[in-house]
Order: sequence, then structure tokens, then C-alpha cells
Amino acid sequence: MTPLSTQLIHLCAALLLLLSFAMLSQRRVAALVLLFAWQGVALFGATLVVAVGTGQGHLYGSAAMTLLLKVIVLPTVLHRLIVRLGVRWDTEPLINTPATMLVGLALVVFSFGLAQPISALASTLTRSTLGIAIAVVMLSFLMMITRRKALSQVIGFLAMENGLFFAATSATYGMPMVVELGIALDVLVGVLILGVFFFQIRDQFDSLDLHHLERLKEER
Amino acid sequence: MSAALVQVLAVMLAIALAPLFLGWVNCCRAWLSNRSAPPLAQPYRALRKLFGKELVLAEHASTLFRRTPYLLFGAMATAAAIVPTVGTDLPFARAADAIALVGLFAAARVSISLAAMDVGTAFGSLGARREMMVGFLAEPALLMVIFTASMIAGSTALPTIAETIAGRELAITPSLAFAGVAFVMVLLAENARIPIDNPSTHLELTMIHEAMVLEYSGRHLALVEWAAALKLFNYACIGFALFLPWGLAPAGAGAGALLLAAAWLVAKLALVGAGLALIETLSAKLRIFRAPEFLVTAFLLAVLGLLVHLLLGS
Repeated sequence: MTPLSTQLIHLCAALLLLLSFAMLSQRRVAALVLLFAWQGVALFGATLVVAVGTGQGHLYGSAAMTLLLKVIVLPTVLHRLIVRLGVRWDTEPLINTPATMLVGLALVVFSFGLAQPISALASTLTRSTLGIAIAVVMLSFLMMITRRKALSQVIGFLAMENGLFFAATSATYGMPMVVELGIALDVLVGVLILGVFFFQIRDQFDSLDLHHLERLKEER
Repeated sequence: MSAALVQVLAVMLAIALAPLFLGWVNCCRAWLSNRSAPPLAQPYRALRKLFGKELVLAEHASTLFRRTPYLLFGAMATAAAIVPTVGTDLPFARAADAIALVGLFAAARVSISLAAMDVGTAFGSLGARREMMVGFLAEPALLMVIFTASMIAGSTALPTIAETIAGRELAITPSLAFAGVAFVMVLLAENARIPIDNPSTHLELTMIHEAMVLEYSGRHLALVEWAAALKLFNYACIGFALFLPWGLAPAGAGAGALLLAAAWLVAKLALVGAGLALIETLSAKLRIFRAPEFLVTAFLLAVLGLLVHLLLGS
């Protein structure tokens, strides 16, 4: 019988994976932000359980930071961006949804296979969830590839950061506090700067479709 | 009680209870949409009426068309013999496991589709094609759900799976939760329930199951409808065996234990019927071209359940 804390971590990890797939299939940007906030909640839960289960003091700080930044601040900023930009819908993704899901499934199999030998060597409480963390990173990457609009690509980027954070927690009980603070600040400032970029891109091309950025030369 | 007797009683119970379960789901649906409900025994009355009616056959109907209702009913009754309803000691279940059960459902689906195309009406072949499309997407998802539960239990026989899962210590199992959601989606699709098909429509371009059985009448239609009710009942009982296996009578149980198990079964059916009606009331029917997306999601959840079980071992 596995202890309750391991079961709870497994539950949170499974939820993270499920939410990644939900984000992959979601077409509405507003719902995407909500799913991102829920992913933050699952991450917060996982970090908190690891903190309680292992007694690592600095993980409480990480958990609080996750709650503050990824559940409250970033979704609020993104939501306000959506309202100000007036984009409620994403256009069709590059590949249709069922095909994206199947590619995502293949990625999950790949990352689980990748993580198996690593987690066999580890001795942490959370070793088995490393595969899920890698899968979340891969799925967010896939989401960035298959979306055209800038906003959903940024959400994909943030979800990837969630995956990396979870990978750090499950592989080594989290990074040192200084590093985590640095990353958190980077992410926050990144989103703010990208928010400014959105307005610039829209002013330039009348759309948030990054397809327009592929042509670098000015037309004569 | 001897195992053979339990087996026969279980099949009889399934055949007798299936229309009642359908009636209960219809009642709940009516209540939830603020209509006054039909009596609980309405499906029995409809069956009696249909058995009493004259049989009208299309001019060009072949033997296939005439045999199919019996085949369909037989397949569903056989399925009821494999799925544990009240007891887990089923001699018949040793002959056929859960994979054979999926095959049995597939055989029933092929025969009704062939019969629907046999008469040559436009509606029949339209319904048959749609049924095959839904079926070929739902079947892998159902198999994956069964594989997840089989890997946890170490067996593909449904009674053994039910016994193992019921005998485990209570633990949070994300893989079973994923498989459970996937199973509910497959159940809705396979039994022509609302997100995929509306069971209460006639002569609309969106129907699937009703389009296939339009040409049937009299006792043939009664058997087809009864088989459909039995299919829903079987799916509910597969769900109980995989996800809510408590309250089944063990091998060699006496009459008292079996009665208690039957009471459990009725309670679970009442709960699940109400839940099913709630899902159907809350969701809108999907366009037929969105059905693959729905079923791919079910398949995805089932495979995720399997993978999560392999990775986390829970």
C-alpha cells in the first residue's frame, strides 16, 4: 500500500497531464486561460503535498509562489489582455483536433519511455512523476507549434514552464529558492513584455496571427 | 446455490430488468426537463403492444432481415451471461472474457447494420453507415478501458476483475478515474444516447439507431427494442464490474446473499440511471461530424489511463 502523500502526488500529476490535453484541444482563448489557472492549482497541490511529505521547508515558499503567480496574477493579466485586445476566439489550429490529440498521445508515450530509466535511478518520493512532467513540457511545446495566434502560443509557453517546474519538483524536490524567484520574475516580466508586443503586432498587421511575421523583408 | 442456477437466474434477471432500467432513465429525463414522466413500466407495455401487432415485411426483405432481431437479442442475452450482475461465479464467463464480449457487441452491430441495408431504403443505409462510423471509433476506446482494468486486476475475465478491484484496499487511482470517464463516453455513444444520437427522435436526419430499425415492425421491432434496452443494461453492468464492483455475491453464496446482491444492483442502477439522464439533459446533441472528436477524446482518456497506470503503478 502506497502512502497517502504519494497517492495525492500521483493524482495531481495525472490532473496536470489531463489539463495539458484539455488545453491542447481547447479553441477558445478565454477557456484556455482558465485551464492554465487550473493547471496552476494542480501544480500548487502537487508542490504542497511534496513539501508536507518530505518536510522540505523551501517548497512551501515555492507552493505559495505558484499559487500567487500562476493561479492569480498571470491568469488575471492574460484575461485583461484578452479583453483589451478583443480576441475571444482562436482560429482553427494548424492540424485538426483529433490528429493533434493522437500526436500528443505519441509524445506522452515517448516521454514516459524517456523518463523510465531516469526515475529508476532516483530515490525521491516523486520519482515516478518525472515522465508526466516531461510529457507536460512536450504537450505545451506541441501546443505552441500547432497554434497560429500569439496569445495561445504565450499560454503554451507558460504551460511549458509549469511542466519544467513540476519536473524540478519531482526530480530533485525543487530548485534553490533564489533560482525559483529568478524564474518567477522572468516569467512575470516576460508576460508583461509580450503583452506590449501583442499591441504592437496588432497595430502593425491588424491581427495576432504570427503567420505575418514569417516575412521579414519589407515590401517595396 | 449451484453456479449453473445462478448463471441462469442472472440472465433471466437481466432480461427482465432491462426494460425497467430504460423506463427509469426515461422517467428521470422527463422529470429533469420538467415534463410529467411516463409510467415506469412503459417499456414493458410497449413491448407487449409490439408483440401483439401484425408483422409487416418489406417486399424484398431477405432471410438476413428476418433473422437479425433474434440474432441481436441472442447476442445481448449471451453478453448478459458474461457480465457479472449479481454473482461473480459465472461458469459461462470462463468461456468468454471481456475481449470476446466486445467482439459479441461488434457482431450484433454488424448484423443490424447489414439488416438495415438489406431492404434498400435510404434511411436504412444512412443509419448503418453512421452506426459503423461511431462503432469503429468507440470499440478501441472500450477495449482500452477494459485493458486498463485488466492490467490492474491481472485478468481479462470480468468476474475476476470485479472481484480483484472490490477486494483491493481503497486508494486514489487516477488511471481508473480516466478509464471511468472514457467508459461513460463510450456508453453514451454505443447506446445511441444524447451527445451522439437522440433516442427519442423519429424521422429526423440526425438519427442513427432509429434510422436502422425503421423497417422493422411487430415482434421483430419488439425484439430489437428489447435488445437495445438489454445492451444499455449490459453496459451499465460492465461499468459496475469495472468501477463499482461492490455488493456482488461471491462464489457459493446462498439465496439470501444473492437477494442482497440484487438489491445492491437495483440501487446502483437507480443511481446510474439518474446520472445518465442528468448527462443527457445537460448536454446538447453533437453534429455527426463532431462525433469523431468526442470518441477520440474517449480513446485518449482510456489510453492515458493505461499509460498512467504503467508509469505510476496506481
